Amino acid sequence: MDSRMWLKALFIAIPLAILAARFIPLTRMWRLLLGIFAGIAVAVFLVWLLPPGIMAYLVSFAIMASIFAVLSLGLNVHWGSSGLINFGIAAFFAVGAYTAALFSTAMPTGILALYSQQAFGLQMPFLVGILAAAVVSGVIALLVGIPTLRLREDYLAIATIGIAEIIRLIFQNERWLANGPQPLQGIPQPLHCLVQSPSCDWLPASLQMILSPLTPRDYPYIYLAIVVLFVVIIYLVMERAIRSPWGRVLRAIREEETSTAMSGKDVFAFKMQAFIVGSMIMGIGGGLYAHYMVSIDYTQFTPLYGTFIIWVMLVLGGTGNNKGAILGAFAIWGVWAGTAFLTDWLQPVLAAISPSLPSRSPYLRYLLIAVLLELILLFRPQGLLGEEKQVSQFIEK
Amino acid sequence: MDRPNDPSKRTPRESMELDPSGGGSPETLVLVEGVQRAQRRFDRRVVALLKNPIVLTLALLGLIALLWWAAQTNWAAVQRLPALIVWGVMLGSIIALGSIGLSLAYGVLRFANFCHGDLMTVGAYAAFALLALLRQSTPLAPFSFGWGFLVALLLAMPITGLVAIGIDRVIYRPLRARHGSLVILEMASLGAAFFVRSLIYIVWGADFYFYYLGRERPAMQLPLGIRVQAYQFFILGLTLVLIVCVYLLLEKTKMGKAMRATADNLELSKVSGINTEQVVSWTWMISGALAGAAGVLLGLSAQLRPAMGWELLLPMFAAVILGSIGNPYGALVGGLIIGIVEQTSTAFINPAYASGVAFFIMIVVLLVRPQGIFGKAGG
Repeated sequence: MDSRMWLKALFIAIPLAILAARFIPLTRMWRLLLGIFAGIAVAVFLVWLLPPGIMAYLVSFAIMASIFAVLSLGLNVHWGSSGLINFGIAAFFAVGAYTAALFSTAMPTGILALYSQQAFGLQMPFLVGILAAAVVSGVIALLVGIPTLRLREDYLAIATIGIAEIIRLIFQNERWLANGPQPLQGIPQPLHCLVQSPSCDWLPASLQMILSPLTPRDYPYIYLAIVVLFVVIIYLVMERAIRSPWGRVLRAIREEETSTAMSGKDVFAFKMQAFIVGSMIMGIGGGLYAHYMVSIDYTQFTPLYGTFIIWVMLVLGGTGNNKGAILGAFAIWGVWAGTAFLTDWLQPVLAAISPSLPSRSPYLRYLLIAVLLELILLFRPQGLLGEEKQVSQFIEK
Repeated sequence: MDRPNDPSKRTPRESMELDPSGGGSPETLVLVEGVQRAQRRFDRRVVALLKNPIVLTLALLGLIALLWWAAQTNWAAVQRLPALIVWGVMLGSIIALGSIGLSLAYGVLRFANFCHGDLMTVGAYAAFALLALLRQSTPLAPFSFGWGFLVALLLAMPITGLVAIGIDRVIYRPLRARHGSLVILEMASLGAAFFVRSLIYIVWGADFYFYYLGRERPAMQLPLGIRVQAYQFFILGLTLVLIVCVYLLLEKTKMGKAMRATADNLELSKVSGINTEQVVSWTWMISGALAGAAGVLLGLSAQLRPAMGWELLLPMFAAVILGSIGNPYGALVGGLIIGIVEQTSTAFINPAYASGVAFFIMIVVLLVRPQGIFGKAGG
């Protein structure tokens, strides 16, 4: 157990402590203390026990699952709380990713400018880029919502499928905007200087000393902590929101739109707010994705990978339940990663059936995910956790 | 499955007629009427705006100015317009065939079937598989395909219909029986779309295929520099035949009548002794067969790709909404309009954005006249 491992354990301890604190059934003070203690203990144990390769895999898995948890939380605002069908998550995902990338990268100069074009590169800090991603996604949601949210719910579904296709087409064809069909590269990673050898210059020298054993390969441990903080903040805000009068109006609109309108609520305005808020969360998810991937291109925002899998996550975890959205994201991302091993393992069988099958095995994963969605819809429509029936803070449970 | 008392599912005029008999307290009625009055006022304003001679003249002048500007900036593109319009009719026929089935299914089942595009792909690949089984036939002049292709086309249609019925039996029917919300059905249809497409990817891979290599030569020369190939006439002819068949089926047969009745009022048709499950099966058969034919024609006009149908889903929905959702004849008109506009737009903007043009039309329709051209409310 050298100092580098201790540092890694410290970073993993952050999400684990939060998780533990969530589930320990004690008063708030004790939960916090015990949670931190348990988180550190488990983190040290994990880092000490597992080989570094597996640990690195688990960390990258958790980062991706957490990013999808953000998207799934966004969808839960749309579909779970308000009954808005957004079949174009990929649109907000892509807009968020590209906006964050354009805000944080530098304009390519010199010889690089011949190969890479982008509309602007502002070199803004990470958080400003994420904020911009949320704002731009929200504006797109406003524009999509104006013609569709007054109409019956399936118009929004059709329109969002359309906007997702068009935004993908734009990022595919417009070279000047974000390097067209070529990937947009060099997206900076927040706090990356922590793992570099001359550490961040704004840190006190003592902290620089402590962090010095970290190498750039350990960066995912830091990013995991950042992403998990985003998940936690969005989760807490949305939990508060669905328990507020605002959230209850959304739920009322979902259940019985006409009687909500008759109670004097402006249905269109509430739907619009929910649509914008959910899309902004999706934009944040896109921004987090861009900063993790470093290089993004239009092929990453397909209807399957950018929309469908997130729907399966939310439906599995439990529509209308924020915990379910996070649980579903981790479960489905686990299935998705697991099927990669499965298809690898099935390669000889597939090759025996037909020589061209092994190269098509990725589509087997899509098939399994689609079957999984149908099975959930048919046999467990409420998902793993289901929705809490009472969300008012004024009613004793 | 259906919620006949849900006022959001009806046009304002219908709910105005139905709500007083549907019960509810007097205050409720007053409020509902207030909401409707506001909606009607808005509709009237839009209609008045459209009827206003000044606005109309300005719109026409704007259109002329736009054409003049187009001619000034890009005369070559304007010269291509007649040919593009003719090709747009061909593309429009394919979109129309798909949209008629989509609109029919919407009318009877009340949900947007997001699997419809992939049913087209099923039809295209079914014909491709059958063509490989049938022995090579000599081309039927002036077409470059032989009778084998015609047989494959005719068999692919019922096969696609059966696939549609199969999806209904396995997925939609249990969900309907549980009286789940329509949105769940829509989600299930999206899942079915991905399922079908993944299967096609697994069986045929992501490569392009052609029914026949090469194109008929020479292309036929029509006036105004329009060049048309024989297969394009085949597309148009087959579309006309199928549309006449659909018309006869809907208007002249008992099943067609039952389908229209079910689309009109599910509860009433159940009470009248119509076997609605049978009607649903027939709807899927017709909808699927039309989608299959559209898929084969799409494959004939371009090439076979697993995503071919999915990419046509947006233009098809645009056509359905333009021609009033649930109205098969409206879908025909909508499909032709979308096809022509998509093709002519390629003269002026990047052809990659053709589906974006369809989307733009859809948004404009939703803003100005959400009930579509043939919708009843407000106009």
